[in-house]
Amino acid sequence: MDNTKRRLLSEKIAKGFMHLSGITVTASLFFIVGTILYKGLPYLNWEMVSQLPKGGFYIGKEGGILNAILGSLYLAGVATALSAFIGIPISLYLNIYLGTNSRVTQFSKLLFDVLYGVPSIVYGAVGFGIMVYFGIRASLLGGIITVTLLTIPIVVRTVDELIKTIPEDLKNVTLSLGTTRWELAKVMLRSIRAGLLTAILLAFGRAIGDVAGVLLTTGFSDNLPKYIDEPAATLPLAIFFQLSSPIPEVQGRAYASALVLTIIILIIVVCTHILQSKQKNRR
Amino acid sequence: MLNTRLVKDTLVKRSTLLLLLISLSVVLIIAVGLTVKSIPLFEYSNVFQLLTDKVWAPMKGSFGFLPFIAGTLAVTLISLAIAIPLCILTAVYLTEYASDALKNMMLPLVNVLAAIPPVLYGVWGVLFIVPLIQLYIAPIFGVVTSGYSVLAGGIVLAVMIFPIMISIMVEVLQTIPYELKAASLSLGATKWDTIKHVILKKAKPGIIAAIVLSTSRAFGETIAVLMVCGNVPKVPTSIFDAGYPIPALIANNFGEMMSIPLYESALMFSALLLFVIIFVFNLISRLILRRLEGGLDG
Repeated sequence: MDNTKRRLLSEKIAKGFMHLSGITVTASLFFIVGTILYKGLPYLNWEMVSQLPKGGFYIGKEGGILNAILGSLYLAGVATALSAFIGIPISLYLNIYLGTNSRVTQFSKLLFDVLYGVPSIVYGAVGFGIMVYFGIRASLLGGIITVTLLTIPIVVRTVDELIKTIPEDLKNVTLSLGTTRWELAKVMLRSIRAGLLTAILLAFGRAIGDVAGVLLTTGFSDNLPKYIDEPAATLPLAIFFQLSSPIPEVQGRAYASALVLTIIILIIVVCTHILQSKQKNRR
Repeated sequence: MLNTRLVKDTLVKRSTLLLLLISLSVVLIIAVGLTVKSIPLFEYSNVFQLLTDKVWAPMKGSFGFLPFIAGTLAVTLISLAIAIPLCILTAVYLTEYASDALKNMMLPLVNVLAAIPPVLYGVWGVLFIVPLIQLYIAPIFGVVTSGYSVLAGGIVLAVMIFPIMISIMVEVLQTIPYELKAASLSLGATKWDTIKHVILKKAKPGIIAAIVLSTSRAFGETIAVLMVCGNVPKVPTSIFDAGYPIPALIANNFGEMMSIPLYESALMFSALLLFVIIFVFNLISRLILRRLEGGLDG
């Protein structure tokens, strides 16, 4: 009997620790968002998000971070579009043309998994090397190339997961009607439409938040980029630079910029969530 | 009619194959590009010496990577020490105890954590973790520190790897067959006994894979760690010392290195180092996970 009691007690203790861990993990999220909200909210105003930096902005004078917000949206938008145009066909090719059992498919998927794990600083270093080789200076173009490379594996992997959820029957029935595989691909794309948007949003979220890659390739500028070969500001970099300033006013703006980025990310997360439940309901 | 359809089909096939080849060649481009760029450094000094030399003084031609390797190891180990127990317990709780409603609430929240960009983790680290260490944690041990330390980096990294660790562990735990648990429970084992002796044992390879994958994520994390670690190129001797991980080295010095050719080579070498380690770690863990998945199908 003593033994049973001891075991039940250890069960209770273990469960207590599990509760504690679960709470810690969840709480860390609220801590992060809460800290940024608490620090950033007092500094956030309309001027911050609607104006370009003016003279003396970095010593605490007037202006806003519109350059960084728009720069990030340009960069992430174009890079995501490119990676979707490259990544979705690749995924279709692997799953429909080659088939999931092909060795090439297995090998490619493994490589994409590994590429997904390569940190953005390595992409940045390589992107930088490529730019030096071709004589391109730090610019929007360099950033777009780097971030596109970074997001292709995300798109490929997510779309791959989506294709896995399509029932085998749909494939067989469609093919038995005498369709070519390209026509089958179109049918399949239609059935995972909502999911495709999720994949794109995921890539966009990663693209807009990336900093190590753009730090080395995109540079920074107080103006909006007119051409693709000009350096551009990005939101994460604006946060990083302003935070390292010793002037409290500028630091406050870093908090507010962080809040802006948090809001963008949360919007993306909510949209992704809604789309995901839509995709689930279709089945 | 059929002809045009077939032509279209072939066209799509060829062009997507091309896209695939281009995308996969990125691996080669990274490996070859970084190696070529590192060659000047190899000619200058041998790899063993580079990796074990303690002195980093590029202006004097001394490129010792040991402080950076030690910095990376320190923050990674601290983050693993924090994350592994928390994540295993949370994952077990979610799969074995939690109701579906709680699970459906927790897992999306964990995913939000994954969506937060590194720079925001950095901001949080600077605003919350660094002062916490400076004002509350370090005084307990009688240490005076600015708070910018490998401990701060480790804590921030731990939170960053929560999502990947938990989501993989939950997936792995869900593959444990119900019969195994039922057999153990029917023998009179408590749920915790079953978890300890049956579930965790069975899930061990998957859990190891999750840890290896998270480790490689921690190795490569740049900006968040750079913001809280203090960036002093010395081998840290206590968790309250500042450290200087490899990714931070690359990010911090890219602008100014152009003047010294060997300097650029040294930074490219550190990127190569990161790439090789992360490549191998990813490969190992993905192969383990794949085998687990395959075992489930077959």
